[in-house]
Amino acid sequence: MAKLKLLVAEFDTPAEIVAAAGKLQSAGYRDYDAHTPFPVHGLDKAMKIKDSRLGWIVLAHGVAGATLGLGMQWWMNGVDYQMLIGGKPYFAYQAFVPVTFALTILLSAFGAVFGMLFLNGLPRWSHPLLAHPGFRRHTDDKFYLSVESVDPKFDATKTRALLEEIGGKRVALLEAP
Amino acid sequence: MSQINVMPEAALVVPPEAPHEKLVHGNHDFHDVTELVSEVTERKPELAWKISLVLAASVLGGFGAAVLYLVWAGIGIWGLQQPVGWAWDITNFVFWVGIGHAGTLISAILFLFRQKWRTSINRFAEAMTLFAVACALLFPGIHVGRLWMAYYLAPLPNQMGMWPNFRSPLLWDVFAVGTYGTVSLLFWYVGLIPDIATLRDRAKTKLRAMAYGLLSLGWRGSMRHWINYERSYLILAGISTPLVLSVHTIVSFDFATSVIPGWHTTIFPPYFVAGAIFSGFAMVVTLMVLARQLYGMKDLVTLDHLEKMNKIILLTGTLVGYAYGMEFFIAWYSGNEYERYAFINRAFGPYAWAYWTMITCNVLSPQFFWFRRFRRSIPVMFALSIVVNIGMWFERFVIIVTSLHRDFLPSSWGYFMPTIWDIAMFIGSFGLFFTLFLLFIRFLPMIAISEVKGVMPQASPHHGHDTGHGQGAPLAAAEAR
Repeated sequence: MAKLKLLVAEFDTPAEIVAAAGKLQSAGYRDYDAHTPFPVHGLDKAMKIKDSRLGWIVLAHGVAGATLGLGMQWWMNGVDYQMLIGGKPYFAYQAFVPVTFALTILLSAFGAVFGMLFLNGLPRWSHPLLAHPGFRRHTDDKFYLSVESVDPKFDATKTRALLEEIGGKRVALLEAP
Repeated sequence: MSQINVMPEAALVVPPEAPHEKLVHGNHDFHDVTELVSEVTERKPELAWKISLVLAASVLGGFGAAVLYLVWAGIGIWGLQQPVGWAWDITNFVFWVGIGHAGTLISAILFLFRQKWRTSINRFAEAMTLFAVACALLFPGIHVGRLWMAYYLAPLPNQMGMWPNFRSPLLWDVFAVGTYGTVSLLFWYVGLIPDIATLRDRAKTKLRAMAYGLLSLGWRGSMRHWINYERSYLILAGISTPLVLSVHTIVSFDFATSVIPGWHTTIFPPYFVAGAIFSGFAMVVTLMVLARQLYGMKDLVTLDHLEKMNKIILLTGTLVGYAYGMEFFIAWYSGNEYERYAFINRAFGPYAWAYWTMITCNVLSPQFFWFRRFRRSIPVMFALSIVVNIGMWFERFVIIVTSLHRDFLPSSWGYFMPTIWDIAMFIGSFGLFFTLFLLFIRFLPMIAISEVKGVMPQASPHHGHDTGHGQGAPLAAAEAR
């Protein structure tokens, strides 16, 4: 497998990167990405990124949490170890609401956090971008576009020219070590 | 292969005066925000910080010693005696859990209401929440006396073939507070990921690069990641909102589901939640006033932020005052003589001093915040925020101890006196709280860098020209608007 290569271009403002990403998208590129210090409003539209699927993952976790919570209490207090307390029924669903609720929230939160990491392919500690000293300001005040060599339209010369044309500064080619 | 050159200083884009309220004061660009917040974790620790840490850690050490003695000798070392079998231990628990409500409330509920001012204080408040919940969890842990039996609380299969009783509010508490602590930690950590990446990218030493590199999970600011990230944040806010309201509700069930006059009250859940927000916001103000002063964050955490906090303190303090009044009304209206006696005794009996301390601190003192001059005065809000938390500690003490100390029969009346160990453990828990807090301030960004950047006027792609076209994803749009 060929080594992953990336062409990276730098931009100064949110407006610049939104415009440039739109141009890259209309030029037919798909395996490219934007790197910004905060989520830039409108950039997802320009890049035509699909809506996140995270909600479904969370829903599944929430349902699992509710089932687990209620099922656990039903089994433990209703079936396996019955305690007669104040004449209350063994399976007292009203009293089982708080724990069911807590477990629903707990599992949903796991789904929201670990599902997000899963969809993003994180943690990934080794990435050509991270190794590059010039890229460090993506978490500070600069905005970057990166085009991956796996994109069918990727061409070291032409893509570089395009990135420069749409306003990218300090265009650089990075290679996975 | 060409390399990106060493970059020159960022061109300063001076924003024109924004038409809407300015959340960040002074002419700061994105880099200034990064610098202001990150620099605190990078410079040499100040002498004041070192002294504070030594003090806090010593108190924590004392706390550890007191807990060891408790485990050795049993809970008889506390002032507990019939009829008061529950006093400072549970007062401290409710006190700390209450304080631990502000962080997630600010992060979740204010996020859903699009209160953009929260971005300057949410990280700080969430950290405070976590540490307060850690302190809270200790008290039920140690008040069982035999610590090695604490696993009885969990639904673990055991050799006795027993399961816990899920109809007990004390067990609900375990699940509610445990879930709250875990979800708050996750929420806090998700918010931290991009900011830890900022620290990683600024790291000058190998150790910092490694530590922050690991913690940031390889975050590279990808827009494709931000989409899922923002959705995750929104969902966490959505599910934390009912959670944060449920936690103190369930804590109040510990009392409300019992048949003790003074505890058996339907107003408890909303009353406890209002009190929790009240005390939590007061603690945030106490710490924030100190931190912004010491670390030069006055442009990020402005007087406007603090004033908004004070308004919420005024609101919740007054709600709590309403609850105190309504409890009295219902005690009279119920026609139940035990209930009536419990309340008359609460206000005019042997614990009247505690009751009126509570009323003065919680109901009267926040009324100063009706005046803008006081809401915006640092010394006034600092003093009042401490007074409020003293009052809230007394509130729990009054509810718990006055309801217990006069049982139904006068033959079983008593008066609770704390021992030195009660006091040591209460003070000791502050050692834990402040130790964790001081470490947080030095090693993690205390203000949400990426979120603050997102609400600055420069963050909008339309900044500087008035086109008003295009709508982004609803979340990004609402955040940037």
